[in-house]
Amino acid sequence: MQATEMDQPDLQTLPVQADGTDGNCVTFVLHDEDHTLGNSLRYMVMKNPDVEFCGYCITHPSESKINFRIQTRGSLPAVEPFRKGLNDLMGVCQHVLNTFEKSMKEYRAQREEEMQ
Amino acid sequence: MAAKRRTDEMRDRVVLGEFGVRNVHTTDFPGNYPGYEDAWDQRRFEEEFRVDVIREEEGTLEFDMVGIDAAIANAFRRILLAEVPTMAVEKVFVYNNTSIVQDEILAHRLGLIPIRADPRLFEYRNQGDEEGTEIDTLQFQLKIKCSRNPQAAKESSDPNELYFNHKVYSKHMTWVPLGNQTDLFPDADFRPVHDDILIALLRPGQEIDVLMHCVKGIGKDHAKFSPVATASYRLLPDITLLQPVEDEAAELLQKCFSPGVIEIQNIKGKKVARVANARLDTFSREVFRHEGLKNLVRLARVRNHYIFSVESTGILPPDVLVSEAIKILMGKCQRFLNELDSVPME
Repeated sequence: MQATEMDQPDLQTLPVQADGTDGNCVTFVLHDEDHTLGNSLRYMVMKNPDVEFCGYCITHPSESKINFRIQTRGSLPAVEPFRKGLNDLMGVCQHVLNTFEKSMKEYRAQREEEMQ
Repeated sequence: MAAKRRTDEMRDRVVLGEFGVRNVHTTDFPGNYPGYEDAWDQRRFEEEFRVDVIREEEGTLEFDMVGIDAAIANAFRRILLAEVPTMAVEKVFVYNNTSIVQDEILAHRLGLIPIRADPRLFEYRNQGDEEGTEIDTLQFQLKIKCSRNPQAAKESSDPNELYFNHKVYSKHMTWVPLGNQTDLFPDADFRPVHDDILIALLRPGQEIDVLMHCVKGIGKDHAKFSPVATASYRLLPDITLLQPVEDEAAELLQKCFSPGVIEIQNIKGKKVARVANARLDTFSREVFRHEGLKNLVRLARVRNHYIFSVESTGILPPDVLVSEAIKILMGKCQRFLNELDSVPME
């Protein structure tokens, strides 16, 4: 088992490789994160048909870090669904933000009309 | 057909049974259901997603988010509670406190007072920095002394008549600009959100003279930094009558639900019950206590329809809070994407 340790002081993710060196199954350690990002990212990664397994766990409630594991079908490196999941989640948030702001504007415009 | 209906129910309803809740977890992942396209499709998501603002009053916002999953809706709720930053009193320098309220209790109370200051104008304080600079600190002063009123009537026992300044309110907190803050914020009015928060009670001769430093923080660190009184969501209720319900049963059914949910119509002389507005129900499950009614109704919730209710403490308006929460989630993703790009993965 090869643990790729980076010794940069403020690294936020430390990938720990397991099950061989082909990179299909990787456990990422995300620091300063909890269910907020863990569960939403897990949902986005699970929506990817190339992913065989995706799960996260909080190692200990006193430490704020999560183990995020991705196993892919075939020979796709696990970093790819991770990256795609993050990008998809960004896309979702962007769309939610745009839709929400548009709805707020419409609601306020409609209330202005009703007041007059 | 029945099988498809059952699968559809499993996919998009959470069913409340008599003794338990069924279909709780999201199962629509690729490969689980043959014949359904479940892989992530941004275009399909954008077509089906919508936000409906129901009500906006001062400080409260109620809106619906339809077409999103529990994981993401919950992420927004958690961020609203714990990760949207605000300014709150962190350090209290006590120069004189002869009141009956102990220093630490007074400091705790001052910390919980919501401060009307847009946190986006300030930076976080650097760790280890004790004094604070003008870009990360707001200074307030509370200096008040209670004295006896010489004009009070001899037999009066009303403290309002007998003493001056015996109640210390949050309106007695004054902003003391640091450095160049008067130039940075020329028309800003930094003060507590509410003027009538009672901080302490004094009697003649007692005084409080403290200086307070407000810093930017998040709810995860201390609940005083949380910008919402509360932020919560519930799923849209879905009540279906499996068989027609008439006469006394209809009356009883109407009483089992919150007012306005079931309405009785008069069809050909008979009283027939109909689901008028399931959204109003709070699901007390009273139907299950009546043997004759419990098999006639299906109580469920629509899995992807979230009714959010955000109540702000007054620091920022609730719609700004929701926008900030969404941006914070985007910021988290961006942080990890930057990490992935900067560090070569082996």
